Amino acid sequence: MVAPFELTDDNVVVIIGTGAGGGVLANELAQKGVSVVALEAGGRYLPDDYVNDEWASFGQLAWTDTRTTSGDWRVAKDFSNLPAWIVKAVGGTTTHWAGASLRFQPHEWKARSSYGEVEGANLLDWPIDADEMAPFYTRAEDKLGVTRTNGIPGLPGNNNFKVFEAGAKKIGYKEVHTGRMAINSQERAGRMACQQTGFCFQGCKWGAKWSAAYTDIPAGEATGYLEVREKAHVARILHDASGKVTGVEYFDEAGELQMQRARVVCVAGNSFESPRLLLNSHSSMFPDGLANSSGMVGRNYMRHLTGSVYGIFEKPVHMYRGTTMAGIVQDEARHDPSRGFVGGYELETLSLGLPFMAAFLDPGAWGREFTTALDSYENMAGMWIVGEDMPQESNRVTLSDAEDRFGLKVANVNYSDHPNDKAMRDHAYRQGAAIYDAVGATRTLPTPPYPSTHNLGTNRMSERPEDGVVNRNGRAHDVPNLYVSDGSQFTTGAAENPTLTIVALAIRQAEHIASEMNQGTL
Amino acid sequence: MIETRSLKTLTRRQLLSRGVAAGAGLVVGSGFVAGHDGAWATEMDAMKPESFATLVRMARDIYPHDRIGDQYYAAAMKGYDVPEEVDFAQDGIEVLEETSRAAGFDSYLNVGWEADRVAILRGIQETEFFQRVRGGLVTGLYNQKEVWPIFGYQGESYSKGGYMHRGFDDITWI
Ligand SMILES: Cc1cc2nc3c(=O)[nH]c(=O)nc-3n(C[C@H](O)[C@H](O)[C@H](O)COP(=O)(O)OP(=O)(O)OC[C@H]3O[C@@H](n4cnc5c(N)ncnc54)[C@H](O)[C@@H]3O)c2cc1C
Ligand code: SF4
Repeated sequence: MVAPFELTDDNVVVIIGTGAGGGVLANELAQKGVSVVALEAGGRYLPDDYVNDEWASFGQLAWTDTRTTSGDWRVAKDFSNLPAWIVKAVGGTTTHWAGASLRFQPHEWKARSSYGEVEGANLLDWPIDADEMAPFYTRAEDKLGVTRTNGIPGLPGNNNFKVFEAGAKKIGYKEVHTGRMAINSQERAGRMACQQTGFCFQGCKWGAKWSAAYTDIPAGEATGYLEVREKAHVARILHDASGKVTGVEYFDEAGELQMQRARVVCVAGNSFESPRLLLNSHSSMFPDGLANSSGMVGRNYMRHLTGSVYGIFEKPVHMYRGTTMAGIVQDEARHDPSRGFVGGYELETLSLGLPFMAAFLDPGAWGREFTTALDSYENMAGMWIVGEDMPQESNRVTLSDAEDRFGLKVANVNYSDHPNDKAMRDHAYRQGAAIYDAVGATRTLPTPPYPSTHNLGTNRMSERPEDGVVNRNGRAHDVPNLYVSDGSQFTTGAAENPTLTIVALAIRQAEHIASEMNQGTL
Repeated sequence: MIETRSLKTLTRRQLLSRGVAAGAGLVVGSGFVAGHDGAWATEMDAMKPESFATLVRMARDIYPHDRIGDQYYAAAMKGYDVPEEVDFAQDGIEVLEETSRAAGFDSYLNVGWEADRVAILRGIQETEFFQRVRGGLVTGLYNQKEVWPIFGYQGESYSKGGYMHRGFDDITWI
């Protein structure tokens, strides 16, 4: 049953974007009987539609509308119009994601206090902490069916993991296992167990991996309180003379401009589109963009420092068989400044198929140094580095001069590494290579960061209104009925993959919004 | 994929009598470029056969894989053999030839050693021509499903039930 709401219905909560943040928030509110209209720029694709083919899947799911780039990150040179590899579809990037689901470590909620002043970084403590988040993490882990939580067994290790595990143990790492994954290791919640197909990034055709597209969104729709309008691209958020938001304008599938009224608006378009939308919603009352009195909208963009290490061996590995992210080393996730940097990083197995390996191993490279590496594709093992990068004010999303097909200014993404990021990445490259060397690698390849998959921080949460965009509940400091509900509210990035935290925050925000609405204060 | 039309049936001897051997693996005839062994051939729609042979050689020198046949490089370059692209390609090839002559060779196809050809390519690697050819190869070559097995990549697996019972953890040497 799909609830149809009128465009003039000003009692609905409008959610912009249906990914990890928006999709979960929509369902959680609908379960509480709150009327929700979720507007999603992309179309709807389900397991039957997904394709085991990297480029074809990219064409089906990825956000390919223009964005522009600047800064000294290599992505700006090699993929100048593709700063991020994220999805435009119902369910958002949870169709692409690998499923690694880790809680922040307690000290990471308080990065400024834990790490002290770091020159050039704009570190800040979150206004919330580990104790407060613990029950929401527990609920998020249950929702996602995370392995090694709630009594769910871990996944079996594939070939890529076995090489990684053996090397990691040889060099003395202790916290090595097949991860906490939002992938069913056994049948659960009406979804089957992982069949080790190996195309987790292309949408799981078995539905074994959690994605909002086929879990939370249909569950919300079944309540009758959630209407998802797909191919609805929100252009701006509207407000009244008192400074409260009143609705949104969006382009529907036919390209017609529509106006949906709203009691509350929640922005969840991922960390480029959310600030872009706030900036594009400038008005005479808010000349610098909505919710931007602090000037922080778009700033402090974080992407995890990332990078990969591939190792080549004498004998075959077939790393692409089975779960893409099949295991983790957590020993380096601690904060230990004696390593020459603050914060920590995780190492997680990763594999790309041959077409993506050719595109991302060393973009722009040619000749035998490159091709002999690909010649050994079958004998390769791979891992990915996920580490905390420093928030910097100058790493930011601004409005570009370029316009999209609707005539809306697109996002420009400026990013340069902080010295701490470089020191951490170099350390991780060395440790990653050591893992493979320990089990006989004949060659290791320190691979540069791909277009961003983790995008964070551009509408950050802060205790004081002058330090950020939203408060401890994700509510805009400047606008009482405007919320940010995606990864852009992250104050700092921590070392862990972000989605479990985005989901936990969405569950928590739904409680807050529903209770405020019940009390008549929203 | 490259169409292997009637030329496919030619023997190596017949091929050579109808065309001219050009570089390592190619035969250039009037209106076609073919492999030495006659296993594949492509008829030209817009481009001079010598130019196409040069382009194929250049493609291989950019991404040299000794176990991949010329037909796959030819397939990746075939998109330049259309009226809209042919001038761009032939102008670029002319620059490549000039650079080859400046290095003391009479043509790119007659440069015997890969190292010498690579040095010539380094001289033009900032040109739009080189960058487009290289960039196009990333998908044009590596996204041909036919080459995947050569690299040991198995591609689509859902229809076969994934790797659950097909070796996701079959490694024995570790
Ligand atoms: C290949 C890959 C692997 C990943 N693996 C992991 C992992 O293992 N673990 C992990 O924690 N994270 C992982 N991630 C990251 C994870 O997917 C994201 O962090 C998460 O999905 C972000 O949630 P979000 O709600 O911020 O945005 P998204 O999930 O990206 O959702 C945003 C949605 O908003 C829509 N939208 C944007 N603008 C508008 C507009 N103006 N109008 C209407 N709709 C709009 C978009 O189309 C999109 O559907 C991975 C990402 C990728 C790409
Ligand atoms: S490996 Fe498992 S989780 Fe990944 S796509 Fe295949 S079945 Fe789904």
